[in-house]
Amino acid sequence: MNKPVSSHAGTDISTWQAFCATLKRDLVIALKRKNDLLNPIMFFLIVVSLFPLGISPDPVELSKVSAGVVWVSALLASMLSLDNLYRADYEDGSLEQLLLSPQPLYFLVLAKNIAHWLISGLPVVVLSPLLAYMLYLPSEAYWTMVLTLLIGTPVLSLFGSIGVALTVGLGSRGLILAVIVLPLSTPVLIIGAKAVTDVMFGLPIGNHFALLGAILALALTMAPLASSAALRISVN
Amino acid sequence: MQARALFCERDERVLFSGLDLDVHAGELVQIKGSNGSGKTTLLRILCGLNDDYEGDIHWKGEDLHEQRENFFASMIYIGHRVGVNRILTPRENLRWSASLHAPVDDMRIVAALERLGLRAYEDIPCRNLSAGQTQRVALSRLLISPASLWILDEPFTTLDVQGVKNLESLLSEHVNAGGAIVLTTHHALNVTCPSRALDLDTRRAAA
Repeated sequence: MNKPVSSHAGTDISTWQAFCATLKRDLVIALKRKNDLLNPIMFFLIVVSLFPLGISPDPVELSKVSAGVVWVSALLASMLSLDNLYRADYEDGSLEQLLLSPQPLYFLVLAKNIAHWLISGLPVVVLSPLLAYMLYLPSEAYWTMVLTLLIGTPVLSLFGSIGVALTVGLGSRGLILAVIVLPLSTPVLIIGAKAVTDVMFGLPIGNHFALLGAILALALTMAPLASSAALRISVN
Repeated sequence: MQARALFCERDERVLFSGLDLDVHAGELVQIKGSNGSGKTTLLRILCGLNDDYEGDIHWKGEDLHEQRENFFASMIYIGHRVGVNRILTPRENLRWSASLHAPVDDMRIVAALERLGLRAYEDIPCRNLSAGQTQRVALSRLLISPASLWILDEPFTTLDVQGVKNLESLLSEHVNAGGAIVLTTHHALNVTCPSRALDLDTRRAAA
């Protein structure tokens, strides 16, 4: 983790402490609200397990769409839980306290985004091999799918955070959130799903991983800045 | 802290214009005014949450925007939405609030809660507390924060008689120790420290 350059002695340490405290706080809240914790995972499981019923139980047919199905479900599961990121904090005033902290907002927002990923993204990554098995994904593609999800789902949390930060002050958000977040997230979906499909055909996939990694690096550095600015506007 | 020629309008209605406000160490400023006169807006402008205004605000002689971190480190704001998470316990809430400024040990958190009459409530989720108790949890932050400037929006609402007295003595102690307070309230303050009032209604009537 990069520490901010600062002239004050001790500021680095207190920034790190504020980062850890915010991460821990969000995880504790999530663990105490079992519903929010289970919702994205259940959604992911249900959507993926409905596909064989809707399309066909035929292994050949299913294995063709399996990569896309798992990726689309992961994207939707991540979006479903995005609202938890700032909504409660906005309503009870904790968000104002966060914005008034002398610590750099970048790290506090990053901590919240990492907490969101640990709650909604990581379980999806862990469960994905099981679902891939259900959908007859060829075994040589398992690792590629897990790895692309591992790189891709944090991006979904980071980009999604910008959308929620922009809309958290609005009374009725409806589809606005999806309209903001989806254009940012679809490249990840396209590259991630394509990597899994390509490996099934024995094609090289190095460039897909390079692109995903580049997007993750971009999201890690830029998205929390954008979220911070959006939050300041939303509480104004 | 100095504010000069503040101008703010909301929904095409001028809330205040040409407002000058000085807050010095060792005094309490009470902002008065009827509902909708712009008290909360003024406080949010002063604490840096609202950027939608014209005019200058200086903190220790320098422009507020150029030293946000210094200002935030020595200011604490408690608004209408008190910033207490309902799922967490008072102890967990305070631990997080403190970590955003300067982490404190658990002894001080327990002592602060006890001072505000929340002894034995440290580990009960805040959703099980009453509105007044939630307000007290938020006010406990004042005791664990190193801030010299307190900006409080209606801190007396929902407090009972004992709670009001308790808070008044807290405010007096802070000001007499060299701190500064800006607050809004409809309640007749009974404090033993230098205090003055700014009435937004009479200002507007005079203008």
